[in-house]
Amino acid sequence: MEHIVIIGNGISGVTAARHIRKLSDKRITIVSAESDYFFSRTALMYVYMGHMKFEHTQPYENWFWKQNSIDLLNRYVTKVESNTKTLHFSEGDSLKYDKLIIATGSKPNKFGWPGQDLEGVQGLYHKQDLENLEVYAPNNRICKRAVIVGGGLIGIELAEMLHTRNIPVTFLVRESSFWNGVLPEGESQMINRHIKNHHIDLRLSSNLKEIISDDKGKVKAVVIKETGETIDCDFVGLTAGVSPNIDFLNESDVETGRGVKVNRFLETNTKDVYAIGDCAEQHEPIGNRRPIEAVWYTGRMMGETVAQTICGNRTEYRPGHWFNSAKFFEIEYQTYGWVHGKKGRPEQEEHFHWIHEDDTKCITIAYDKDTYEFLGINTFGIRMRHEVFDTWLTEKRDLNFVVSNLSLVNFDPEFYKKYERSIIAEFQNQLTTA
Amino acid sequence: MSTIQRNMSLTGDAPAALNALQKVATILGMMGVLILVLAVFNFDFPNKTLWLTIALSEITLGIILFAKGAYGNSLEGIKNHGVWFKSISSRGYLAWISGIALTGFYIILYFFPQYIGLVEGGPNKGLVALFDPLSYMLSGNPASQWFVYGTLYTIAIFAFGIKFFWKYRHNRYEKIRTVSVMFFQTAFAFLIPEFMARLNDDNFNLPYYDLKNIWPLNYYNFEQYRVDDFINAGNLGLGLLIFGVVSILVITPILTYKYGKRWYCSWVCGCGGLAETAGDPFRHLSDKSQSAWKIERWVVHSVLVFVVVMTTAVIATYLGYDSEKYWFTKDIFLFSVGALLTIIFGLIWFFKRDELKKDARYGAIGYLAIILVLIGIHYFGKANLFLFEAETLRSSYGFLIGAIFSGVIGTGFYPIFGNRVWCRFGCPMAAILGLQQRLFSKFRITTNGGQCISCGNCSVYCEMGIDVRAYAQKGENIVRASCVGCGICSAVCPRGVLKLENGPMHGRIDGNEILLGNDVDLMTLVNQKNHS
Repeated sequence: MEHIVIIGNGISGVTAARHIRKLSDKRITIVSAESDYFFSRTALMYVYMGHMKFEHTQPYENWFWKQNSIDLLNRYVTKVESNTKTLHFSEGDSLKYDKLIIATGSKPNKFGWPGQDLEGVQGLYHKQDLENLEVYAPNNRICKRAVIVGGGLIGIELAEMLHTRNIPVTFLVRESSFWNGVLPEGESQMINRHIKNHHIDLRLSSNLKEIISDDKGKVKAVVIKETGETIDCDFVGLTAGVSPNIDFLNESDVETGRGVKVNRFLETNTKDVYAIGDCAEQHEPIGNRRPIEAVWYTGRMMGETVAQTICGNRTEYRPGHWFNSAKFFEIEYQTYGWVHGKKGRPEQEEHFHWIHEDDTKCITIAYDKDTYEFLGINTFGIRMRHEVFDTWLTEKRDLNFVVSNLSLVNFDPEFYKKYERSIIAEFQNQLTTA
Repeated sequence: MSTIQRNMSLTGDAPAALNALQKVATILGMMGVLILVLAVFNFDFPNKTLWLTIALSEITLGIILFAKGAYGNSLEGIKNHGVWFKSISSRGYLAWISGIALTGFYIILYFFPQYIGLVEGGPNKGLVALFDPLSYMLSGNPASQWFVYGTLYTIAIFAFGIKFFWKYRHNRYEKIRTVSVMFFQTAFAFLIPEFMARLNDDNFNLPYYDLKNIWPLNYYNFEQYRVDDFINAGNLGLGLLIFGVVSILVITPILTYKYGKRWYCSWVCGCGGLAETAGDPFRHLSDKSQSAWKIERWVVHSVLVFVVVMTTAVIATYLGYDSEKYWFTKDIFLFSVGALLTIIFGLIWFFKRDELKKDARYGAIGYLAIILVLIGIHYFGKANLFLFEAETLRSSYGFLIGAIFSGVIGTGFYPIFGNRVWCRFGCPMAAILGLQQRLFSKFRITTNGGQCISCGNCSVYCEMGIDVRAYAQKGENIVRASCVGCGICSAVCPRGVLKLENGPMHGRIDGNEILLGNDVDLMTLVNQKNHS
């Protein structure tokens, strides 16, 4: 029986395993050194915040794996030997595979800051990061102030987490406005205000110069590059993005760049070795997508795809229309299609922006300035239907159609106030003044 | 520093301790409780009206101020910070103390009301006497232990309802729903029956009737003394009796078809009302395991069979054989029940045979059991039903289900097993509505394409123990018999994935093997394969 080994038990690896099991009776082993069972990484924040216990982050009950004959192995892979098709573990033992799927995800970026490896300095990605957070920032007596470096999705989540334990937070953001490499200006600034409403000390256009140690090798303070200001703190969160977690492949034949290089079929340069999820890097980017997509959904989609290939139906990874979501403190965010921030915005792309007076809801619709084709939408504080936008993007609907049919996409709970009329009024207003 | 425990077990410190307002609120509320406790020990309050007013106002105000302290100063949004760290909401010491206290209260209430001062036929003492003035004001009668309970119950739904309102003030579905349960409890369960009692005199006697309390939740509704009262009370009484029958046979199926069982369970019902308000801090304690789901289905449907058999037997005992005296004889009754069940079961079998697999067999067994019992009643005649008498059946149902299950375990154990134990495992009304919701209803919880990140907030905060995430992460609509439509899964979802909706029956139950977002051809290929 063919033995499929998957390194990594995150969403990508587990999705692959589940779909291989649906399609075949191959032997499947998932190897992970992080946790015994699959858990939802995106839910780690809720464990620290006390909304959930760690076991609640596990989407399947523990009997699920045995019932579906998926073997779980808690080992750390040190080496992949592709000529003998063998994995070597840090414990000294090894495992043979027939086909190998690399799904090892990411690790937090560190950019060579002085002091980045001190005690009390960490990212927020792995289960172990959460455990360390409980050591260095369990409450505001042990952690009198925390500093977060990097204004992305994980950074703002970490700010929210620490805030629930009343730990004062200073949030260093390199950009001139929160996440404005991705978000259009109006949205980005609304989030700035929302962050400040939660009494987070938000410092825009601020870079980390260095992290200062106390005499025991633990963080004592940070220094800001632009102002030279020193901020005393007991914890530093490094959340300036993530990069593929593939150091264990250094001595192997598997070709790597920033991630594991794969073709459209998610095959590496080495026979019978595949890579999926955050750690995979496409030779050529797909459409507007980045070559490395560190997103929950793309990991899942790659897992669905590679399972087909492994089970005999060689399938190209062809993600549909882009979508994503996040939550910034209390404000939910969804995006469908492409809406660019200032950076990298195609010349053809123009925006219609509407913001509600309560400053917690807004939308931005991107369209082609000549053809008025609908390109994408960002929605904040209003839930919208994935399926409908997916259809509209495929049908290449125009801006006017989308604005006038927004009531069809509303996904807010029943009895919620509707904003379509206000949006249409604003739309007509902008048309006449433009 | 050394006194702070460095906790390695992934359960950190609770967020801030009580703030000043919450401390004041706690003192105020506890003073109110203290007055009630003193009354239990027969402390003679000089002016009962005044002291009762003080006690109830202090309790109400204490709860409301506590909520203001908890939520008043934070921005709108989900307020579950530290739920699993706090003793009261994570089965800690406070939870056990409250559970034991509540359970004790229920045991006294049901079985030893004399301990809180009930005196049959004489002037009340103790706690019950303290409530006499209010009872006289409303119904003109002295208070009973049930009046004390009803008053406290209503106050709990009202005050904790305001707390819930504050907590979910960003969510209009939750706000409107909460106003609804507060209204139905105050008006229908508390005030109207008391006012109805005012109509009674020597020649006219309406039984106590909470109009929203539908059989089989109200399992005693068709017992002889009540039916006699109804019939003797002229048109009004007859109207109420007919309303009782129409409620379950006509109104309930229509509303459940249109809106799902939520119209009752989380908008109208008193048990649901308490669970959604006072019980809200315990909703995450429900058991989500698959084994709990299996137990749930067996237990709740067994209670349903039990209540149908019991009610049929009880009604049969007081109906006669002689059609000369009264047209509605025992035989006609048994025949109608049998025919009704056959029609219902036949319809389900005919229209839903594809959807039903194992469940259908369980249904068949339950149905068969009831029919056999009916035949048994017919042949053995009189009140004997195999070995048990109808009266034995009735009193064991009242004791086991009515008192122990719904009261002592259902509410007393809120802080340990969660707030919907009764509704999930025991309520026969929920079982009937659940069957309708699963098979003949437009209600479902829609999943938003491929946006689920499997975080599990929905499952954790589902008071009915439904593993919502298991459906959401497959892009599948949630159509479950037990769902009471409280809407909290949708509220706590950080990615806007869940929406409670009433829509067309077609395509209501669908599963996707490949989720939206991936290669369209692959989705079609795999999902079709699965449907064929």
